[in-house]
Amino acid sequence: MRRQVPLVITFIVGAVLIIAAFIPHHPFGRLGENFSLYFDIIAVFAFLLGGGNLVRIHGGKFMRGIRSSIQEAKKGGGFWPLKFLVEFPFFAFGGLEDKRGRDWFFSLITLLGFFAMLYAGLFKVGNPDGWQGNVTNPEALFQEFYQSMFNPLQATMYALLAFFVASASYRAFRAKSPEATILLATAFVILLGRTPAGTYATDWLPQSLSFFHIPNLANWIMAVPNLAGQRAIMIGISLGVIAMSLRVILGVERTYLGADEK
Amino acid sequence: MSNGNQPSFLEKVQALDRRVIFLFIALAVSLPLLFHVVFPEKISPIVSSMFDRIESLPEGSRVLISFDYSPSTVPEVQPMVDAVMRHCAARKQKLYLMALWATGQNITDETIDRVLKVEFPEYRYGEDYVNIGYKSGNQGLINVILTDLKKMYTTDVHGTAIDSIPMMAPIRNLRNFDIIFTFGGGFPGTKEWVLFAGDPGRIPVASGVTAVQAPLLYPYYPSQLLGLMGGIKGAAEYESELIRRYPQFESLPHPGIDMMGPQAVAHLVIMLFIVIGNVAYFATRNRQASDQGAR
Amino acid sequence: MSRRISRIIVFSLIFGGIACCVHSGAALAQSPDAAVRPPQNVRAIDTRGDEGGSITVMWDLSPDDYDGTAEAVTVIGYEIMRAESPGGPFASVGFASAGATRFADASTHDGTDYYYQVTASTSSGGPVSPVIGPVRSSPQWFNVNRANVFIIGIILSMSIIFYIASARRGKKLFIRRIAGLEAVQEAIGRATEMGRPILYIPGIQDMDDVQTVAGVTILGYVARTIAEYDTKIEVPTSRSIVMSTARETIKAAYIAAGRPDAYSDDAVHYVTDEQFGYVAAVDGIMVRDKPATCFYMGAFFAESLIMAETGNSIGAIQIAGTAMPAQLPFFVAACDYTLIGEELFAASAYLSNEPKQLGSLKGQDVGKSIAMLAIATGVILFTLHQVTRVQWFMDAGNWFKDLFLLN
Repeated sequence: MRRQVPLVITFIVGAVLIIAAFIPHHPFGRLGENFSLYFDIIAVFAFLLGGGNLVRIHGGKFMRGIRSSIQEAKKGGGFWPLKFLVEFPFFAFGGLEDKRGRDWFFSLITLLGFFAMLYAGLFKVGNPDGWQGNVTNPEALFQEFYQSMFNPLQATMYALLAFFVASASYRAFRAKSPEATILLATAFVILLGRTPAGTYATDWLPQSLSFFHIPNLANWIMAVPNLAGQRAIMIGISLGVIAMSLRVILGVERTYLGADEK
Repeated sequence: MSNGNQPSFLEKVQALDRRVIFLFIALAVSLPLLFHVVFPEKISPIVSSMFDRIESLPEGSRVLISFDYSPSTVPEVQPMVDAVMRHCAARKQKLYLMALWATGQNITDETIDRVLKVEFPEYRYGEDYVNIGYKSGNQGLINVILTDLKKMYTTDVHGTAIDSIPMMAPIRNLRNFDIIFTFGGGFPGTKEWVLFAGDPGRIPVASGVTAVQAPLLYPYYPSQLLGLMGGIKGAAEYESELIRRYPQFESLPHPGIDMMGPQAVAHLVIMLFIVIGNVAYFATRNRQASDQGAR
Repeated sequence: MSRRISRIIVFSLIFGGIACCVHSGAALAQSPDAAVRPPQNVRAIDTRGDEGGSITVMWDLSPDDYDGTAEAVTVIGYEIMRAESPGGPFASVGFASAGATRFADASTHDGTDYYYQVTASTSSGGPVSPVIGPVRSSPQWFNVNRANVFIIGIILSMSIIFYIASARRGKKLFIRRIAGLEAVQEAIGRATEMGRPILYIPGIQDMDDVQTVAGVTILGYVARTIAEYDTKIEVPTSRSIVMSTARETIKAAYIAAGRPDAYSDDAVHYVTDEQFGYVAAVDGIMVRDKPATCFYMGAFFAESLIMAETGNSIGAIQIAGTAMPAQLPFFVAACDYTLIGEELFAASAYLSNEPKQLGSLKGQDVGKSIAMLAIATGVILFTLHQVTRVQWFMDAGNWFKDLFLLN
């Protein structure tokens, strides 16, 4: 029963939605968008599980870390609160012998951040319109947190990509084979083509050879061979999605349900 | 030459500590910004098609702009948004602003405060522009508003009833817009707008995305996607054309053009490292081959 | 007498001249761009394949359509006017840009007769087409615009079901070797020998994305091997539903391997929905716990390279699989093995080695054959037109292309 009910629901919903994609008449026409909305509602409630898990994991780590730190501070006698304060960086940042409580300070930061945003957003702290105000009101504390912490942190993480692209390119673009050499040459053309250096490098070419003008060559590479490859991959992906979806709807694929394969 | 177990200089270069590369990239990006190195830009056909469409729309046309990105991609996408918004406002078109990303709503507010209110003070809220804000639902939301926008949006972002906003009166669904602009770099984004609105509703969709996303969208151009700005280069092209046709905008910030300088230098630095890595690789390989030959 | 006649003639000429000026002035006011021509062949039909409430108005372009220059007096667009009786009053229901030849009026009420006119707009008014109608909107039971998708969908589904059935009957199917999947056992073995954990990332999308379903399915197979080897696994998730599903999957795998006591709920934990917050947490786990093996199976966006490079820096063996074409190059550059696109969806069938799952992979090949045949046919027809300039090849190519168009 525990395995059969989800399979039956999957089959019925999957089959109905596929059929509804071809029937515009009421009520089928809106079924797809309605089910999308139902999923969003379920996902919002499911967040309570995730948020609770986050608090439990990090709360447990924090408590365990504090207890282990105090125990270690008490070892060897002396005034343990002073020892705790003096050796705080050691205890808080990875020095503990107890692995499960190690780095408890980061768990504390996680919990503080979680509850601070939750409190600011839920109770509309600092919002001139009070509880009924829009949570994104510029004068609210929630917005202050968003602008001063969330935005810069997100932008910083994204900026890491610039550095990682360089290090990945340095490692990956080695002419170890003919295919790798072609890839390397193509990468050079695209890199140059996206900058004014590419324009200046081949500006002197006559009109009859304008195809070899680096920006034109870069655009051709993106628009022809790259596009052909992307389309082929997308066709393969679409077919893979169809096959995978059919396996799920027909109940052939059940691993994601935690159902026994036998 | 490799000395016993000690790696040679070339082997060390091959396995260069990534922090050295990071340092050079940091310099390559920061120095051009500090010394304001800029290069001239020429608009490409894929960007000019959307530019020309805005030029051809009459005054009072309805332009929907969807802010489908987060703060992480603001440096890359925001210049495009600012340029398009300026262009539309200069052409006196009606702007309808929304977001498919929760983070997009704040960005919309900031953009209105920075661009519309400062540069176009004659633009009136509710008559020339309106912000209907963020709603969850991704492609499901687009699906719904293609046929009935007011089913999902009963108020604007300030809580005002949608029916009391004058410029919302003629809007029943997405088909009432003359063009849809979507800016972003992920899901939901341009692909969803094309597949669930542009294609079935036959509404022109134009897009500005991160450079990484742009190649994926070339298949949709030009039949399903009117035009596409890809990354900082796309933004720089649009800004350059805007300044060329509307010289009054030259004195305003143009971050797309400004950022092409660091991009160009960073690309050259990456290429230099790739060359160094390959030189070290071939030199090491040849040396190993000759060492084996000697044995 | 002659003076009187000449006065009459002069006054007639003057008044006649004034009358002519007024008349031509009025005529000019009625059609200020007398040279601009209206749209031709205007017609309206009930929009096909919809749920009602829409009428499509179509026309042939005015010969004076916008030519790209601001100086010429040309049509800049088309205004669509609608009334409920042929005599009017007509009100505007929309505007189509220059170059457009159709407009969907999505504000109609089913069962009501409507009449349309289309105006070729210039910067100062424009000529109007004759009134057409009546036309009514109504809902349809089948979207004929998607008939081609329906037919192809039936063909693909039947072929997949056929091969599943023939695999069930015992027919042997050849599936090519996928290096990334062959390496799964070796990667898990490496982590076991080194005594270090395995990190599994099922993507950053929710369970409504089929890539995440594929990622969680592969997790089930990986978890069964991990349970047998008694290796530690850590699965940080970006979505709460994925956390619950992954837990069920791993628990079932441990039970199937006969090691229910070894399972712990803490192996799977929720981090955050936020993309870069999630990757920051994953990077922290990598740097602190130093997993020996990292699996990235599912939907990824910009964070893919950050994770893969960090994994590379700690010396982990990395196996990635995604159907996001933009992220594939990053995984290929930074990971040891990458499952490209459809290989991610084939992985569960490949790893299970079950005939009925492998049969679905063969069914996919039918779809690929259709795609390759269609592409080849189209390319041949259009190339022949280019070479021979025979119009028939172009017409045949367009007809063939239209078979696959989503209307």
